[in-house]
Amino acid sequence: MARPQVDQAGVRVDRQPSDGGKADDGKVVEGKSVGAGHGKGAGGVDSKNVGGKVIIDGPNLARIVDRMAHQILEKTSGARDTVLLGIPTRGVPLARRLADRIRAFEGVSVPLGALDITLYRDDLRLRGARALGRTELPPAGIDGTRVILVDDVLFSGRTIRAALDAIADLGRPRQVQLAVLIDRGHRELPIRADYVGKNLPTALSENVRVRLVEIDGMDEVRIEAGRSLDGSGKGDR
Amino acid sequence: MKIKHLLSAADLSREDALAVLDTATEMAAMAGREVKKLPTLRGRTVVNLFYEDSTRTRISFEAAAKRLSADVINFSAKGSSVSKGESLKDTALTLQAMGADAVVVRHPAAGAPHRLAGWVDGSVLNAGDGMHEHPTQALLDAYTIRSRHGRIEGLKVAIVGDVLHSRVARSNVYLLHTLGAHVTLVAPPTLLPVGVEAWPADVSYDLDAVLPGVDVVMMLRVQRERMIDSFFPSEREYSRRYGLDLDRLRGLPSHAIVMHPGPMNRGVEISPEVADSPRSTIVEQVANGVSVRMAVLYLLLGGAR
Repeated sequence: MARPQVDQAGVRVDRQPSDGGKADDGKVVEGKSVGAGHGKGAGGVDSKNVGGKVIIDGPNLARIVDRMAHQILEKTSGARDTVLLGIPTRGVPLARRLADRIRAFEGVSVPLGALDITLYRDDLRLRGARALGRTELPPAGIDGTRVILVDDVLFSGRTIRAALDAIADLGRPRQVQLAVLIDRGHRELPIRADYVGKNLPTALSENVRVRLVEIDGMDEVRIEAGRSLDGSGKGDR
Repeated sequence: MKIKHLLSAADLSREDALAVLDTATEMAAMAGREVKKLPTLRGRTVVNLFYEDSTRTRISFEAAAKRLSADVINFSAKGSSVSKGESLKDTALTLQAMGADAVVVRHPAAGAPHRLAGWVDGSVLNAGDGMHEHPTQALLDAYTIRSRHGRIEGLKVAIVGDVLHSRVARSNVYLLHTLGAHVTLVAPPTLLPVGVEAWPADVSYDLDAVLPGVDVVMMLRVQRERMIDSFFPSEREYSRRYGLDLDRLRGLPSHAIVMHPGPMNRGVEISPEVADSPRSTIVEQVANGVSVRMAVLYLLLGGAR
């Protein structure tokens, strides 16, 4: 089943807002994306990086998103007072897909937002300033709501730690939950996800690469042999 | 950003300049939040080193650094050892010993920030050096133009007035040219610098001929404190030929905006009615200054050391 591209109102699918040449490698986080030393152009990355093994293909990715949407509905009693906040880059289209499925299943319209955590990262000194993504909250804000953070890969947990800090500056939700497409293990902080698309045991040296139609032109999750052995992805970019 | 210091707008590539503007857009979104503070530069020290008077720029840099959680040390020449005769270099070495990650410097001598950059390890940001450059002002002007017009490429910008003494004009000419705007300098011949033909801009002596075709008019302050000769017969005559009053405002295309870097000489280069008109972006420029300087500090300091 080919998943139609979601086009509802709400948050824009969000490439890095740069007029310049940089493509969407803005969030090469914790070794879950491109390996060391790759070019920046999106096309170049794709063509150079055809190695690795496909773990989830397009139709299965759609089924997984369907299941996560059902789980969210179940655990939140019909997604009442719930806000989905996607973490750029790929968390944003994922959040939109979840909202889309939730609407399709139960007719509930879940407010969507995007939460860029770049300015809250704890590794800026190590890896340098990078282009910022967009932070956009639903008009009604997040005070008193149940916020579900949405990201593509959960790895060290540092992105989520930064996201929790960012949320604290934006308002006071009643509860914060986490939905990830892939949990690849190797946590460095006491953080776990409430909704997991797939648990994927990995070696630290491997890279998990999520591609989504909205950004990469195709849906798939691939596992690739990485080059940096320390797993912190310092070689990225 | 590929550069470590921000000394001149001419050093900025198109990519770097756009990165600053894009980052500033995100920083501006933060200004509406409940907690106007980001942890990004926690533990970094920013020194504001001001050898010349300033309201907007110093406050703006201070606010920007504080919103990014950096520690800010304000240094003004008055009330410091400079009045006892300490040289710029010795002051720089003091700052170096205190571990400044960034030095924001304003100095009456052109080139002072360049010299400073050779003496300290941190980043040096030029906040105005003599009659040379004021790159963050140019960036915030570019940001303001982009937020009003949606683009910069292809726009026609007139920079009017005391070009000779204006570091704002120099920086704007370079930056706007880099970003693809077409700049025309309008001034009496006495207030144009020698060598202006080599700048990437057209020159005109006739304001009324230029105004009907522009998208942006940037009025410059007549810098009386720098004028040791008489550059024009009288303020009244200057104002009549080169001042922007209501009549001239009506001659502008309806979408054109009026800018001024401040502080204004109301009634000289700009009439009070024009300064307070909805076409004027003067207050907006000040607000944008904080966002743009946050972006610059983030891009220069956020990175690896």
